[in-house]
Amino acid sequence: MTQDRIAKFEERRARLEQLSDEQLKTRFWELCNEMMVPIVELAQTHTSPSIERAVLLRMGVDSVSSQGVVSRVLEAGLLGKGAGHVVLKVAEKRGVDVRAAAAAILEDKEALQGLFA
Amino acid sequence: MTKQLDPKQKLDIEEILTDLEDYHPQRKGWTWREVPAEGVEMGPFHFRDMSTPLKNSIGLPASKYFDHIDPQPACVVTTEIASGRFEDDIRRMRMAAWHGADHLMVIRTTGQSHIDGLLEGTPEGVGGVPITRKQIRASRKACDMIEDEVGRPINFHSYVSGVAGPEVAVLFAEEGINGAHQDPQYNVLYRNVNMYRSFVDAAEAKRVMAGARIFQIDGAHNANATAKAGWLVMPELMVQHGINCAFSVAVGMDKELIGLSTVPPDAPPAPKLWYDLPYAVALRDVFSEYKMRAQQNTRYIEADIEEAIRTHTVDTLISMLTSADIQSTITPDEGRNVPWHYNNIRGVQTVKQTWAALDGIKELLSINHEGPLGEMVRDLKVRAVAFLEEILEIGGYFAAVEKGFFVDSGKYPERNGDGIARNGKGGVAADSIVARDPDYLAPVCDHFGQNHLPAGVAHACDLIGGCTLCKPEKIVYIDELDPEDSADKRLEATYPYRKGTLVKPEAEWAGDGTVLLQFFVPLAEDFAAAYGVEMAKRMGLADPQVVNLQVMHPAEGCFVEVKGKVGFDVDVTTLKIPEKEVILPEEELRAAVKQVGLTVVSGTVGEDEHSVGLREILDIKHGGIEKYGVKYHYLGTSVPVSKLIDAAIETGAHAILISTIISHNDVHRAQMRRLADLCVERGIRDRIILIAGGTQVNREMAAETGLDATFGRGTKGIHVVNAMVKVLKGRGVL
Repeated sequence: MTQDRIAKFEERRARLEQLSDEQLKTRFWELCNEMMVPIVELAQTHTSPSIERAVLLRMGVDSVSSQGVVSRVLEAGLLGKGAGHVVLKVAEKRGVDVRAAAAAILEDKEALQGLFA
Repeated sequence: MTKQLDPKQKLDIEEILTDLEDYHPQRKGWTWREVPAEGVEMGPFHFRDMSTPLKNSIGLPASKYFDHIDPQPACVVTTEIASGRFEDDIRRMRMAAWHGADHLMVIRTTGQSHIDGLLEGTPEGVGGVPITRKQIRASRKACDMIEDEVGRPINFHSYVSGVAGPEVAVLFAEEGINGAHQDPQYNVLYRNVNMYRSFVDAAEAKRVMAGARIFQIDGAHNANATAKAGWLVMPELMVQHGINCAFSVAVGMDKELIGLSTVPPDAPPAPKLWYDLPYAVALRDVFSEYKMRAQQNTRYIEADIEEAIRTHTVDTLISMLTSADIQSTITPDEGRNVPWHYNNIRGVQTVKQTWAALDGIKELLSINHEGPLGEMVRDLKVRAVAFLEEILEIGGYFAAVEKGFFVDSGKYPERNGDGIARNGKGGVAADSIVARDPDYLAPVCDHFGQNHLPAGVAHACDLIGGCTLCKPEKIVYIDELDPEDSADKRLEATYPYRKGTLVKPEAEWAGDGTVLLQFFVPLAEDFAAAYGVEMAKRMGLADPQVVNLQVMHPAEGCFVEVKGKVGFDVDVTTLKIPEKEVILPEEELRAAVKQVGLTVVSGTVGEDEHSVGLREILDIKHGGIEKYGVKYHYLGTSVPVSKLIDAAIETGAHAILISTIISHNDVHRAQMRRLADLCVERGIRDRIILIAGGTQVNREMAAETGLDATFGRGTKGIHVVNAMVKVLKGRGVL
């Protein structure tokens, strides 16, 4: 395997040596960008507890409550909707502001039921 | 608006902590230095590659010989501060800013990258501070005051890494942090955070940073510090830089705000330039659209401060031969302890001194790209591209991490099998990313990725009437979660040392009492270390530890450095400070000398042949009294006191100046007393001025021996003229 890798490298080197400095640089960036395509796609289509807490922070919810709200949302299987989205739905449903909706999610276990029915 | 600092007053920490709930930073985003294209004129010199000087600063020690100029490099200069207590860090930031640092990097407490969420309050940290809203807000408030004091914006910096990256990025954006490390590879390789989580989080964090114009530094330099042979991993380092740059741009960062954290990977006794220069050149070629944050080597820095400084000087030379947008400094004591206050300053001075010495070096010297350098540069680039091709061939980045492609100490394509391999299913926060539903929604600004806003909503945070990035008043400030582990508690304990009259030396924290002893001991290594500890104990130092030991010769002895803690306090009100002698203006002295036609007789007294000091006080060549118009009669060496008095009477001199170096048996005091007594006997004491000087003489001896003035080491002619003119004024002659 190692010998194989080294042999492959020598082939690559021979090929890359044909490129000008500028072409080599272009090749470097093409490869980096190509490598990032699936990772960027993964990031566009996925979220995480930290991302959702970061959304709640920007909505004016404190860090301690954000932690609790995201845990509840995750447990309820709703993280894919977006925690901010969930808080907005609760706020609309109850006619309260964002912070009160976050507090309601922490206090009331029923708060997340039937939101996206 | 922040309060204006008074350079004569210490930072008032309690005041900084007051009304923090309503404080918002006066400025956001990264700032470069102002660099006049035409260069900078300072003192007698023209500088070619310098930024606008500071309003308040402290120059290099030698600046006193050059009109006190303090040239400031064109690049931003970084210092890393991490005492574990932010209330002490901010005092150090002020000191560092006065010496020319404008990028203040705060290291996080150990383990913060594994905390899944934000910390609040001001708990004490280990090897850094817990990064919290209160800590940042208070520090940024201090930075706002300090930047006004020195007259240059300060970039405040920390780390957006670990499993709470997006939240930390929001916190930084809200609180006016100007620069941050962000590199998902760092989490994966060095913190074992799950690879998918790390990259998904990083996209959000980078987007938030981009919105707040926070400058980003990557984490590639850690491979230098981790790999067994740091100088062989250069192709991989280029790949790591490339991955973070490409990813950052893809998620919306401006290239102008992306910096490579690059370290010259080698250190003497290795032939450093043959490794570090081609690497520096290759990076600057391939990454020409990005910024260079040139770091200094830490991999081979151990206990010896001077060795570190010498390596860092060469690192800075490499920056100057190539380029650096930010020159980072490493505190030279980093290899032996958590950095001390004054070592941050030493690090900054290394850059300032090198930059001034080599100002405009590229106009005088150029790099020879022909020959071996060009070949080595090309070889690195080819290996880096081949590395990338192999990653893609085996299935992409994540597959490569699983196979241990990174931080292997072999020079690519060789492998030593010591790379760091991570499992995609494993690591901290494994299996914690969730697919976004088709109706996923996040009603805030600077959010990355799919976001399904309702029809008609153009601006995401319109849904909530504005997010905290648009309306800072919506930010929720939490003061403390654990009042027992807080700045307030610590400040109570250190109050007597900060605002009271008690004094202890300090290295990291107010009142820590830490001191360093440096000495030579004629013992072999093992005994020298044991002796160092014993000596420090007998000197009364608590907790003595040998921090450095250098063998001067296996048998003849060692240089030893021992740190320890002073256990006692000194009350500043009990300290006696000699009154500062006010020197009259030169013109006034010259006029007075001319008015009375000031004349003196002088010589060394007793059996004393040392005349060098006295000649320096007399001769115009050395800036002596002659320069101010004083006429002198020099009677030579070993002159009897009575002979000097005779000569004074004969010539009508106003003063007698004697020099006495020999102090054996207090003979110098005896000579001084004899001069005073004889003048009284001869009835001329009230019209003659009597002055003595010598290496063992001090200012207090005048009163004791009956002379008008006495001088010790460091005395210049002007001090003597000043003393004579003052006596004449006192006697009403002038």
